[in-house]
Amino acid sequence: MSDSIELVYEVSGDDFTRAGEASSDVKKKLKLMGVHHDIIRKVSIAMYEGEINMVIHANGGTITVVVSDTDVTMVLADTGPGIPDIEKAMTAGYSTAPENVRNLGFGAGMGLPNMKKYSDEFNIESTVGVGTTVTMKVYLQ
Amino acid sequence: MTINDVKELIHANVLCGEEYLDKEVHAACGSDMMSDVLAFVKDQAVLLTGLCNPQVIRTAMMMDIICVVFVRSKHPTEDMIEMAEDAGIVVLETGHRMFSSCGILYANGLRGGKDYERLH
Repeated sequence: MSDSIELVYEVSGDDFTRAGEASSDVKKKLKLMGVHHDIIRKVSIAMYEGEINMVIHANGGTITVVVSDTDVTMVLADTGPGIPDIEKAMTAGYSTAPENVRNLGFGAGMGLPNMKKYSDEFNIESTVGVGTTVTMKVYLQ
Repeated sequence: MTINDVKELIHANVLCGEEYLDKEVHAACGSDMMSDVLAFVKDQAVLLTGLCNPQVIRTAMMMDIICVVFVRSKHPTEDMIEMAEDAGIVVLETGHRMFSSCGILYANGLRGGKDYERLH
């Protein structure tokens, strides 16, 4: 689409306190574009959970956000350890996050289920030893 | 109730967002797990938490939460307060524990939002 906007973020894997900066930036930009706040909230939560996951599990990665006339598409790609059993990882409450992450308020096993819940289209592809790519779409309606 | 009512009821100090104390709050959520907070969308909500790190403010920003209450006298860093200030979020700090803080607010009419309605 000719007037779509693309935003690319490199997410650092070594600083948990900065996790969420990319999501905050997208939220601000969507607000400036005049997107409805319910849509912005869906995008923000889905992307934030994904960003946190990247930092916790994959030592960072790249997030590409494309805003078109019809939807916001987020592609979160990492070169982390990959997910051996995606079905299990998608189960609410299932988590492999280490104790230190749980002490920071994450790792309740709600990340992937939340990402799926708040996006209108959700796809995850993962290869052990290669990485994980999550694609999420939220319709602008 | 308003954010100011919350402040008075749980004897809290205002750390930032003094200018928004008149805002109405419609629901509250008490949790130390941000992933759980992110699972429940509520409008004009208050978050009560015993967790004290930047991701609490970040979570509140993503959820459009209008007020964060740190219980048990947990004191946020300057960076956290600044982040909340930029986002227009009121930050309160109370000496009450989580259970008492939630109990006081509940007893005064504040509820958990749609999840509460769904179960009744």
